[in-house]
Amino acid sequence: MAGTPILQLRNLTKVFGNFTAVNDIDLDFEEGEFFTIVGPSGSGKTTLLRMLTGMEFASSGDILLRGQRINDLPANKRPTCMVFQSLALFPHRSVGQNIEFSLKMKGVDPAVRKARALELMLQLRLPETYYSKNVTKCSGGERQRVALARALAYEPDILFFDEPLSAIDYKLRKTLEKELKDIHRETGKTFIYITHSLEEAMVMSDRIGVMRAGKLVQVGSPQEIYSAPQTKFVSEFIGDVNVIAVTAIGAASLRAAEFATNLKCLPVPAGFTAGYLVVRPESLRFVGSPGETDNCLEGRLYNEYVLGSRVQYQVRVGDHVFIVEKLRQQAFGGHRDDKVLIGWDAEGSILVTD
Amino acid sequence: MNRLFKTFGPGPRLAVPIMLFLLGGFAAPLLAVIAYSFVPARTFSLWQKWSLGNYVEIFQSSIYISFLWSLGLAVATVVILAIVCYPVAFGLTRVFGRWATLITLLFALPLFVSENVRIYGWILFFIKNGVLLGSLKSLFGFELESIVFTTGLTLLGMVYVYLPFMLFPMTLGVSMVPQQTRDAAFDLGASRWQVFKEVDLPLSMPGVVIGFLLTFVLAVGALAEAKVLGGQRVIPITHDIEIAFTYAQNWPLGAAVSVLLMLVVGTLVLLVLRRFDLDTIVGRR
Repeated sequence: MAGTPILQLRNLTKVFGNFTAVNDIDLDFEEGEFFTIVGPSGSGKTTLLRMLTGMEFASSGDILLRGQRINDLPANKRPTCMVFQSLALFPHRSVGQNIEFSLKMKGVDPAVRKARALELMLQLRLPETYYSKNVTKCSGGERQRVALARALAYEPDILFFDEPLSAIDYKLRKTLEKELKDIHRETGKTFIYITHSLEEAMVMSDRIGVMRAGKLVQVGSPQEIYSAPQTKFVSEFIGDVNVIAVTAIGAASLRAAEFATNLKCLPVPAGFTAGYLVVRPESLRFVGSPGETDNCLEGRLYNEYVLGSRVQYQVRVGDHVFIVEKLRQQAFGGHRDDKVLIGWDAEGSILVTD
Repeated sequence: MNRLFKTFGPGPRLAVPIMLFLLGGFAAPLLAVIAYSFVPARTFSLWQKWSLGNYVEIFQSSIYISFLWSLGLAVATVVILAIVCYPVAFGLTRVFGRWATLITLLFALPLFVSENVRIYGWILFFIKNGVLLGSLKSLFGFELESIVFTTGLTLLGMVYVYLPFMLFPMTLGVSMVPQQTRDAAFDLGASRWQVFKEVDLPLSMPGVVIGFLLTFVLAVGALAEAKVLGGQRVIPITHDIEIAFTYAQNWPLGAAVSVLLMLVVGTLVLLVLRRFDLDTIVGRR
């Protein structure tokens, strides 16, 4: 990343009645990056995006586009464009007319419009014959591309995406995620994407911002979010994780009251008294004896789930459910209800706050 | 009997009563009217030489003027209603919020009172020395010309009576336009007016067209407004039909006028529906 901010948010807040949807957000989006805002529904991500596009106006704080305050500029005057969740294509218009819409609004000559639309269709791998096809007759993936082409035709400085892939089946979604990332490379534009799926965010983004209850709780690269979540919320958002409530009792040791045992961990940060120890399923191992790893718990093998290239095991320690993940080639040979020892090393765990 | 049951499923069997009713109540009288339009004037038997004489008579007498009046008034009613109702429909869907239900109810309420009662109420209100002019006279001393028994009031009465039939289909049409589609057009640089022209208007067209057809068909058949509010200053075609079948005892002429009216209205409806394929407009096909 070059590090030139294109869009800057300063104390951005949106209040509806007595509900604060977006709470005091400070964030810089860099020129040309693919930034994804992730959060569960109701976390304020859609409201935030609507403020960025100009469809909603901020209650307080500022939005700066290349240093210019654009708070009060309506959507049709902003050099940004959004791909909607429903795609919001014009059902009474053809593929070509949809793509050309913004050019028609600007009064561009029809021949020039058509040339530009065909160019974009080529770039997005839409057959030329689709130019006069009714959009409602296109498949889900094709409509996705039409929506993207329509937004690109506007020549926006920033492209926003409001979960456009959420209604698409898994396999096609995976293809389109990669396609979108390729298009991001080809166009070099700044993409700001919102989704509730961190998995989707991981695949595409240069940076991810996690939102919770109107606040931005962590911003970082996909690697950072994955390997160094700062809170239990962020760590759990990624998917299956094992979370143990702990209190600090030494420089690198913790008390896990639930299992009446002490655990070793990496040096406890200053000021940390109580929180959670997060252990990813792939950091957990089945061990033969307690000394093999820094920490060890005894449990009962409850179930196994085959996930294609990986296999997950559910191990119950008392009432606490642990998930252990192995590659298929290294599958564990245990049987249901076997007594098993699961262990992990201090480096394989992350200490987070609530 | 058993075989009959097998050939006709439960659907057709259950449709038998309503089919019989429509056959007797709708198809048979319609056929009778069509047949009568061809028999010689002022006769009552169908079993004689048929001709087009009654149709020729329409254009040789002044009846075609009534035709033009009816069509003209209906077109004017539809145009005025379109202009008046679209903003209200838009407001009901997008602006009035929780007041929309109450406002809809207020618009629907007059439908519960007989049309004749409402029209005579208008007479009492607008007539010389009536509620409006009488009050003005006794309170302020103005004396104004009454608008009762004018063509203008006939038109106003028609607009008033048929308003719900334009407003409700239109409201439905406007509410069918997805908000995200409007937002998308706005986001793509369209002005408010362009959003209206490019998205709102075409996507609400099915409701608008249904409103047009409904009010046009009703207005062409309007009778009471011209008779009561217009004081028979203009004679609508329905009035001529009524006269032919009653006082004049000229059923064949009345039948011919009726058939011509049905043909004109039917052709217009077909043309409009061909021009505006409702499914294509909303992108269902």
